[in-house]
Amino acid sequence: MGEGLADSPGRTAWRHVLTVTATPHGVRAALIHMNGLLCAGGVTRDDRGTCETVVAEVLNNIVEHAYAGTTAGDVGVVLARDDRGLRVEVTDDGAAMPNGRLPEPRPAPLDVARGDLPEGGFGWSVIRDLTTGLEYRRADGINHLRFHVPFTA
Amino acid sequence: MELDHDLKGDVLVITPTESRIDAAVAIQFKDEMRTLTQVAVARVVLDLRCVDFVDSSGLGAIVGAMKQLGGRARLELASLTPNVAKVFRLTRMDTVFMIHDSADHALQAAASHG
Repeated sequence: MGEGLADSPGRTAWRHVLTVTATPHGVRAALIHMNGLLCAGGVTRDDRGTCETVVAEVLNNIVEHAYAGTTAGDVGVVLARDDRGLRVEVTDDGAAMPNGRLPEPRPAPLDVARGDLPEGGFGWSVIRDLTTGLEYRRADGINHLRFHVPFTA
Repeated sequence: MELDHDLKGDVLVITPTESRIDAAVAIQFKDEMRTLTQVAVARVVLDLRCVDFVDSSGLGAIVGAMKQLGGRARLELASLTPNVAKVFRLTRMDTVFMIHDSADHALQAAASHG
């Protein structure tokens, strides 16, 4: 967990930098921290929930895939509030995305027998549904993911 | 991961007492659900009134808990808080589970069908 850097004097704009330990408990602690920052920043419960869901899926993917089977690294998260929502940039030095790009949107099939229902694979479709401007690039051994979470209020 | 449980007739009501079902507790949640649902009941109602966050690992564990019941009993959900309801809606899992406004509603539904 890192310290927040409030460095923007704008009316609603602010920016925080978090360093997240890439473990399930590290992710949980970061989300609780983020939720507190958003709450203090006047973001509604509903919009905080949306941010928490999106950032949880992004960070869980990094823990489970980018850092899979390795010693937990760190993940950098920059949160920047603007007047329409939350801009998020996430960096990690784990493995690159397969084929160097984001997975294709592929909703999990639900019209199957109960015993065949999917227990995973929901993450990217949730991220795509709740964000705009989702971009991934790999540069100098670092994964960079950026997106915007539009607020409803 | 603590799960309160209460047998009401042939309905087992299970209430997680922690506010999050996430990647940190998903496996533990599923294992405890398996232990608690060994009893012979017709229905299991998972009362999520105390849960304000479920991520995709938690959602997967809830689906897994339903699957591990096999044909023995149905798993139904009750009292989804707004953000949890949103995750079920986005993943369309709200079409897979019977979802009740509250555990009491779920029990009344049983009575009206009985």
